[in-house]
Amino acid sequence: MTTGIQALTDTQTQALLLKLTVLADDEIILAHRDGEWTGHAPILEEDIALANIAQDELGHAGLYLSLAQTLGGSDPDRVAFWRGPDDYRNTRLVELPKGDWAFTMVRQFLYDTAEALWLEAATRSTYAPLAEIAAKAVREEKFHVQHTALWVERLALGTPESERRTQAALTELWPHAAQLFQPVEGEDELTAAGILPDLNAVHARWTDLITRHLVDKCGLTLPDAPTTQPGRDTHTHHLAPLLEEMQSVARQHPDAEVW
Amino acid sequence: MEYSTPSPINHQPSTVWAALAQIPDPEIPVVSITDMGMVRDVTVGDAGRVTVTFTPTFSGCPALHVIRDSIEQAVRDLGVTDVEVRSTLTPPWTTDWINDDARERLRQYGIAPPAPTGEGQLIQLDAEPTRCPRCGSLNVRMTASFGPTLCKRMYVCDTCREPFEGFKSV
Repeated sequence: MTTGIQALTDTQTQALLLKLTVLADDEIILAHRDGEWTGHAPILEEDIALANIAQDELGHAGLYLSLAQTLGGSDPDRVAFWRGPDDYRNTRLVELPKGDWAFTMVRQFLYDTAEALWLEAATRSTYAPLAEIAAKAVREEKFHVQHTALWVERLALGTPESERRTQAALTELWPHAAQLFQPVEGEDELTAAGILPDLNAVHARWTDLITRHLVDKCGLTLPDAPTTQPGRDTHTHHLAPLLEEMQSVARQHPDAEVW
Repeated sequence: MEYSTPSPINHQPSTVWAALAQIPDPEIPVVSITDMGMVRDVTVGDAGRVTVTFTPTFSGCPALHVIRDSIEQAVRDLGVTDVEVRSTLTPPWTTDWINDDARERLRQYGIAPPAPTGEGQLIQLDAEPTRCPRCGSLNVRMTASFGPTLCKRMYVCDTCREPFEGFKSV
C-alpha cells in the first residue's frame, strides 16, 4: 500500500523535506571526503573504488534532493553549492578530515552499513517516491558495504600497525557514529505514518551487524558510546574549509549552466 | 513554434524503438541502450507527441545526461518535433534485463556478463561466480570490486592469465 504526494500533510511535508536534506548532506560531505583520495589512495584500484563510491553517494544525494524539490525544496545544485556550514545538516562523522586509510575505511564502513540498513527499511515506506529511491540506492550501497567490510577486516587482522590504526580510527569515530540515528524534528510523526523507517529499529540492527563484524570477526573494541549528542546544526571547524573548497567553482561562476 | 508535417510512419512506437536500438551505451559502445533494458516505454500520443521513458542504470552514472540527450535527438531525427524524455526509478534497473544477444557481445568484447541476480541477502560478502570471457574458466580472482565504470569490477583469470572486466550483478 503506497500513498501519493497529495497524502502528506503540511507538517509531514516540512519534516520530510528536512529529513531528505539531512540524508543528502551526509552523502555530499562524505563523497567530498572520499574524493580527496583521488590521486592519493594506497593503490590505483582503491583510488578508483573510492571515486566510484563517492559518485554513488552523490547520485543518492541527487535522488533525495530531486524528491525534496518536488515537495517545494530548492534546486539541488543550489542546495549543495550555496549553503554555508550554518545551514548544512550533516553529521560530524562525515565531515572529519579524511585521516589515514584505516580512518577512511572505518568511517565508510560505519556509514555504509547504516545507510544500507536504513535504505532497506525505507524500501517499505508507505510514501512511494521514497520507497522507489530506496529500492534504487540500496542495490548500489550493497557494493560499498561488501568493499569496506573487507577492508576493515584486512586492516584489523593485518599487521600490528594496521590493527593499531584501525582501532585508533574506531575509537575516534565512535562518539560521532550514533549521530547517524538522530531523528529530525517531526520524524516521529513520519515514522508513525509508515513514511520513514523506525530509526530505533534500524539503529538496533546496525549495532548488531557492526558488533558481529568489528568485534567478533575483526577483534576490535567498541568504545563506550557518549550519553549525549549535539544536534546536526553543530559542526566541527572542519566543515567550513571543506565547503569553501567544494563550492569554489559554483561561487566563482554563479551563472554557469553546464559544469 | 512551427511544426513540420509529421510523417505517419515515423510515429509508430516500433519505429521509435528501432531508432533507440541504434543508440550505443556511452560507456560500453558494443551494446545499445535498448539491449541494456534502459528504455522502459515508448508512447505516441494523438497529437504526435512521443514520450520515451527510460531508467538509469546507476543513480550516479555520469552518462545519464548523454543518454537523455541521445534519446531526444534520435527521436527528433525521425522528424518528430514534440518529444518528452522521462526517467523512472520503478522498477529499479537490473542486469537481468540485458538481453542474451548483448550478453554475448559483452563477452566477445572482453567483459564478463552479469550473473543472474536472484534475491540475495543485503549484506553479502562473497561476489557472484564469474567466468573468464576469454577462456571460460571459473578459476578467476576479483582484483578490484570497483572498475573504470560504476557497473563493472576487475578480475584476473588464473587459467589463461588475462585480466578482464566483469559486469556487476545488480
